[in-house]
Amino acid sequence: MAEETFLSDEFVSQLTAVGEVDILVGLPTFNNRDTVQRVVNAILVGLVKYYPRERSVLINPDGGSKDGTTEAVQAASIPDFRAVLASNPLRTMHVVSALYPGVQGENEALRMVFAAADLLGAKACALISPDLESATPEWIDALVRPVLKDTFDFVAPIYQRRRFEGLLVKNLLHPLIRAAYGYQLEEPVGREVAFSGRLASYFLGDESRRENFAGLGSHVWMTTAAMAAGYRLCQAFLGPRVTSSRRSALDLNTTIQEIAGALFRCMELHQSYWTSRQTLEEVPTFGFQPVLNLDPVRIDRRRMFQMFSSGVDDLGSVLEKILSAETLQAIKDTSKLDEKNFRFVDELWVKTVCEFAASYHHSVINRDHLLQSLTPLYRGRVSSFILENARAEAEEVERRLELLRHEYERLKPYLVESWNRQT
Amino acid sequence: MRELVIRNLRGALTAVSDIVAEALPRLLAMAIIVLVGWAIAWVIEVILRRLLVLARFNRLFESKGVTRALSIAALPSPAEMISRIVFWIVWVSFILVGVNALGVVALQREVSAFVGLLPQFVVALLIIFFGFLAANFFSRAALLAAVNANSPSPRIVSGFVRFLILLLAITMALERVGLGRGVVLVAFAVSFGAIMMGLGIAFGLGGRHVARRILERRFAAGRERREEKDDEGSHL
Repeated sequence: MAEETFLSDEFVSQLTAVGEVDILVGLPTFNNRDTVQRVVNAILVGLVKYYPRERSVLINPDGGSKDGTTEAVQAASIPDFRAVLASNPLRTMHVVSALYPGVQGENEALRMVFAAADLLGAKACALISPDLESATPEWIDALVRPVLKDTFDFVAPIYQRRRFEGLLVKNLLHPLIRAAYGYQLEEPVGREVAFSGRLASYFLGDESRRENFAGLGSHVWMTTAAMAAGYRLCQAFLGPRVTSSRRSALDLNTTIQEIAGALFRCMELHQSYWTSRQTLEEVPTFGFQPVLNLDPVRIDRRRMFQMFSSGVDDLGSVLEKILSAETLQAIKDTSKLDEKNFRFVDELWVKTVCEFAASYHHSVINRDHLLQSLTPLYRGRVSSFILENARAEAEEVERRLELLRHEYERLKPYLVESWNRQT
Repeated sequence: MRELVIRNLRGALTAVSDIVAEALPRLLAMAIIVLVGWAIAWVIEVILRRLLVLARFNRLFESKGVTRALSIAALPSPAEMISRIVFWIVWVSFILVGVNALGVVALQREVSAFVGLLPQFVVALLIIFFGFLAANFFSRAALLAAVNANSPSPRIVSGFVRFLILLLAITMALERVGLGRGVVLVAFAVSFGAIMMGLGIAFGLGGRHVARRILERRFAAGRERREEKDDEGSHL
């Protein structure tokens, strides 16, 4: 087992002491002391309540926290089993913490989880974020059950979204992945996912894992790699996702660079798969979808429009290398519209995304620069989307999003053609 | 007397004919060397250009921004430029060999001085070339950063970054070939200092209200910045 070599001796000896397991939960942390104890409690309660007979382990790769996160993880326990309507667990609950080089980011943490799953022969693995405030024991069951009981290989979450939340997912990631890879998966960058032991072994051995995806890019890679390798996918309702994360304050430009960059790179890695795929597969969905009235997300639409408008004006010389003359002209015309009549129509947006993906593939300019120049255009799309849906009911918004997804599917040949074009 | 004049004239004619007889073959040799050199250089240029085109040499540089940098500098494509450079290197080498074949001592001295300077010229050209590349890359990075930060006048910021890097590259190149070494360095230091001081005065005096607002926003506990981020919403 070549991958064992990167694990520290201490970590391997801790894993050896654990022995074989049925369920492995990965909890990568880095300075998450404020929330991690609550998350660990939810995980432990979930395991005890729903899987008292299964052998379980919680693996906590830590990026070198200075705030006592690992101590908090180790100290977490279930104070009163009556509270969770369960008797004492039949098996010992193992919690293993190990350091990974923080500079290498979440990639390395995931690698440790995959290696541990492979080493311990885990049947089902779940990944949980340490900054969650809304995690409940039911999340563990919702994620693990389809793998353990229904032999699915990858479980993606479905979160209950606030109005205008996750617009990058809705306008770019979800429809592009759906059109290209042919799977109707709601959340392609879900932070809470589950996968089978055999998929963990595949992830561990897959050469593309060595790509240095930043931030959440590795989650895009996991989802698309599972699709491209033909593993069985499903999704599970988890409810609203509330975090205390500093990530939410991460600027839009960085988010787009991480996520869109990872998706375009994955499309390169899996190009032989998606360019020839014609079918669209429905993904089974498990769980109960709660209907909650959540406050809408606050977005300053005018500021978005103004940044789009001035961005298009300033970035003309950069955009002309990325976009076709026709698309660029249409965007320029759009940016000159009056703010109230402004519409970044579906067709134009989808063509823009396709041309960006193809230009990324052909490396027409430095790739970081290319991704950065997508941000002002995305702001324009968001501004238009909010304007269009300001008074729309949830069903109407969903209908419009479905139209957008169909537009991506209709323009897939355009994407493939641009992608394969010789420059 | 008459005989003396005739003898002198004959002597002079003999001397001239000797010089011509001695120099003509050398001149002829030089002309042949230069002409043959031109032909060889041309053949090498044509073959090299075709090979580079076949190997899609230009594509290697497109992604790195080299092609754009060259077009900004009104220079041909990388393949074309390399084949032309090779042509000139080969032909100039033949010309120098031809000049050497003339056997004129003064010319030989000038040729060796020129040959001694050639490496410095090449290094200077390389400095300017990489200067263009760096100016192109960093000015675009500055433009994108300024646009995404919603800063005022991103194109001015970008143009300024380009100007500074090019100024630095050209100064370094001139310093390399030893052209007005002291003057160039002093000129660069003076103009760079003047620009910075001008900016400082313009920003600190002319735009003191803007400066104050920026500093307040930067250091006032990040409250405003957080509000600004909130307005951007959660996109994931």
